[in-house]
Amino acid sequence: MSRRARILVFLPALAVFGALLVWAVVGLPDFGHYVGPYGYLLNHVALPERHMTNVVTAVVFDYRGFDTMGEEFILLGAVTGVALLLRSQERDEEVREGVGSDTVRVVGIVLAGAALLVGLWLIAFGFVTPGGGFQGGVIVAGAIFCVFLCADFSAWRGVASQTVLDPLEGLGAAGYVVIGLAALISGYPFLTNELLGPGVPGTLHSGGTGPFINWCVAFAVSAGVLILFSEFLEEYIVPIAAGGGK
Amino acid sequence: MIVATLVPLQATILALVGIGATVLILTRDPLRMTIVSGVYGWLLTLLFFVLSAPDVALSMLVVSCVGYPVILLVAVTRSRNK
Repeated sequence: MSRRARILVFLPALAVFGALLVWAVVGLPDFGHYVGPYGYLLNHVALPERHMTNVVTAVVFDYRGFDTMGEEFILLGAVTGVALLLRSQERDEEVREGVGSDTVRVVGIVLAGAALLVGLWLIAFGFVTPGGGFQGGVIVAGAIFCVFLCADFSAWRGVASQTVLDPLEGLGAAGYVVIGLAALISGYPFLTNELLGPGVPGTLHSGGTGPFINWCVAFAVSAGVLILFSEFLEEYIVPIAAGGGK
Repeated sequence: MIVATLVPLQATILALVGIGATVLILTRDPLRMTIVSGVYGWLLTLLFFVLSAPDVALSMLVVSCVGYPVILLVAVTRSRNK
């Protein structure tokens, strides 16, 4: 298609979608005008009912804990799918050299420690202050990924070992269900947060079963993300490093 | 109903997000695009943070600065070495 024809197709499309966009933006509530009722409701009831000071986590792991469980299994399914497609039986033993640059190495080592600490903090206090198992889990995975950036590939394989990550991923997902079933066995509806005492809101000892769900999600997410990174690296980077591409 | 107005800090970061998005679509090289996309995601993270949504900001941060760039870098490396 010539440039002229492309512009002829593009301009009417731009006019139509541009007009729709302007129309939609003009119809939005003004800045700072919140119209939904649930935000106000939850801000009032979440602390007295669920004893979590981070209302977002109270919503994600408690009020809509069942939906989050579904999302967790979407992640499990996606990771399993990638592993099934990419994981090969034999692994290249010839691995690439370590990183040459001292700058990358030093920055990587500092970053790994700092990110690991931030990630663990976000997970541990996810129901007290902003954070949670998902965000913290991905940051922990990112911190461990720094090992690949600042060390050599065999060190990465030692850290991101299948024999550790695969069970962690499964146990994280299963733990969520087990907490739900524990409520069921005790005579409450599935995933009801009634089993543990309220604790002291604002401290680590609060939120009932919420913190346990939080840690299960954190394990499943960090293991899942590491499995994804690991499979992509084995499939796409190692063959290139070892022998100049397939 | 709580009504808030756009404070100067929020307006500044909103403008930076606009600039970041423009720079991102004007970048042509995939490797640079990956890095610019990470910076753009970080600007969005700041925007969500100053708009009082720290949980959303953290989710944006981990997706745009950790997960997405790694996947993109793998794809870029692969296509460069073909």
